[in-house]
Amino acid sequence: MKDTTTSAVIEARGLGLTFETNDGPVRALTDVDLSIGKGEFVSFIGPSGCGKTTFLRCVAALEHPTTGTLSVNGMSADAARQARAYGYVFQAAGLYPWRTIAGNIRLPLEIMGFSRADQEERIERVLSLVDLEGFGKKYPWQLSGGMQQRASIARALAFDADILLMDEPFGALDEIVRDRLNEELLKLWARTEKTIGFVTHSIPEAVYLSTRIVVMSPRPGRITDVIESTLPRERPLDIRDTPEFIAIAHRVREGLRAGHGDEV
Amino acid sequence: MRSILPILTVLLAIVAVWYAAAVWMNSTWTYDQAARAGVEVTFGEVVADTLAQERPVLPAPHQVAKGLWDGLFGQKVTSKRSLVYHGWITLSATLLGFAIGTVMGIALAVGIVHNRAMDMSVMPWAIASQTIPILAIAPMIIVVMNALGLQGLVPKSIISAYLSFFPVVVGMVKGLRSPDAMQLDLLRTYNASAADVLLKLRLPASLPYLFASLKVGVAASLVGAIVGELPTGAVAGLGARLLSGSYYGQTVLIWAALFAAAIVAAGLVMLIGLIERISLRRMGLAR
Repeated sequence: MKDTTTSAVIEARGLGLTFETNDGPVRALTDVDLSIGKGEFVSFIGPSGCGKTTFLRCVAALEHPTTGTLSVNGMSADAARQARAYGYVFQAAGLYPWRTIAGNIRLPLEIMGFSRADQEERIERVLSLVDLEGFGKKYPWQLSGGMQQRASIARALAFDADILLMDEPFGALDEIVRDRLNEELLKLWARTEKTIGFVTHSIPEAVYLSTRIVVMSPRPGRITDVIESTLPRERPLDIRDTPEFIAIAHRVREGLRAGHGDEV
Repeated sequence: MRSILPILTVLLAIVAVWYAAAVWMNSTWTYDQAARAGVEVTFGEVVADTLAQERPVLPAPHQVAKGLWDGLFGQKVTSKRSLVYHGWITLSATLLGFAIGTVMGIALAVGIVHNRAMDMSVMPWAIASQTIPILAIAPMIIVVMNALGLQGLVPKSIISAYLSFFPVVVGMVKGLRSPDAMQLDLLRTYNASAADVLLKLRLPASLPYLFASLKVGVAASLVGAIVGELPTGAVAGLGARLLSGSYYGQTVLIWAALFAAAIVAAGLVMLIGLIERISLRRMGLAR
């Protein structure tokens, strides 16, 4: 442990981001204070325009905050990106149609210069992590949407970053597939002990997955509530019918409504 | 194979219109000759004569076919009268020009996509270059190249490249920019170098665009090579055949050379289509 004062993997203090547009400045994020510890599963929920994706993109150094400080793994977000500290999963699988599934997973490994033998071994390992053994030689169009998204998660896991950033990864999938993938994601998280930042607009998804739920609201994008989940780490799908689950979901809904209420 | 009937119908219609036009356009000569000789001609005689003139205004299809056949197979391929010989001269200039144009087009497109200054400055010049009639600039290129000690194949290829680089630039700029923001962001999260982005994302994504451009480019290359042969004094090549045909009023020869050029162009476009199908299938892009 090189960091003795705090175990925070992602630490934001007074973070703000203002986009200059033709219609004047847009405050996408204001005054975000948040620290995410190692091994946490933190969901960001809120209506569109609340800055949940923007925050994740700041952590990934795809956007640059205009105020405040942000550290990832104890370094600046840019340095963390250069150190390849995280895997990022986008809303669309974004697999290259001209590469096989194995070829797509190999992409980050090629760029990062892993040896050929290491590449093969890692591809096999992450394919089995996401339950896609034997699909390595298939092309993306031969797979269903859910399988493609699993392949894109495998691609993000392949180079063993200990942070996984997921931007509505299951947003485009139907509910049945989404339930299955949620369950698999929890198992994967338990096995790999990664720190996960997860953007969603689904309350059940956020409550089911997270150890902590960050409720956000728009104009300007900000955090309105942070809810610690009291659910156990082991979560079968039917936990969603327990009173405890419903109580947390209720609190999230209240938080979203409150954020909506003081909109000008 | 159900499509063969409509295709044949269209072909037959074209040939029929062609014959009718040949009779109509060549009949003036026939009537003039008849008037000079002081004889009356029947309609049947007119038709027979118009389809068999030595130097018709519009040669009939069978005359062109015979001219083409004689040109291709009537003598050894090394003969100065052989269309195969002249076709090869033109084809070699076309292929060299096409290669130069394609490499130059891809290089310019890569520069345009990666460099803002090039983006702003190169495209207007590329467009301007294509608005100048090639017939006007071809002799200049020949003269300048000659002063540099280059004759024959190279100047023709430069003219050919001048025409073919443009569709490649336009198509490749579009193709290299076809990856969406998400795919570029993904590579950013890997901290990929610009070279990686180019080689692993932009170039593979641009291939379908490249092939479309190549088909246009190769046809333009052939036109460039033929035009390049015109001001060189008609020594060899399909352009030279066209020129000597027009000097001596041998319309059949002109049409035969035109068809030879069309056959070469169709062959080149089909060859690129074949390469396209094979490579896109190998890349898993063809369903």
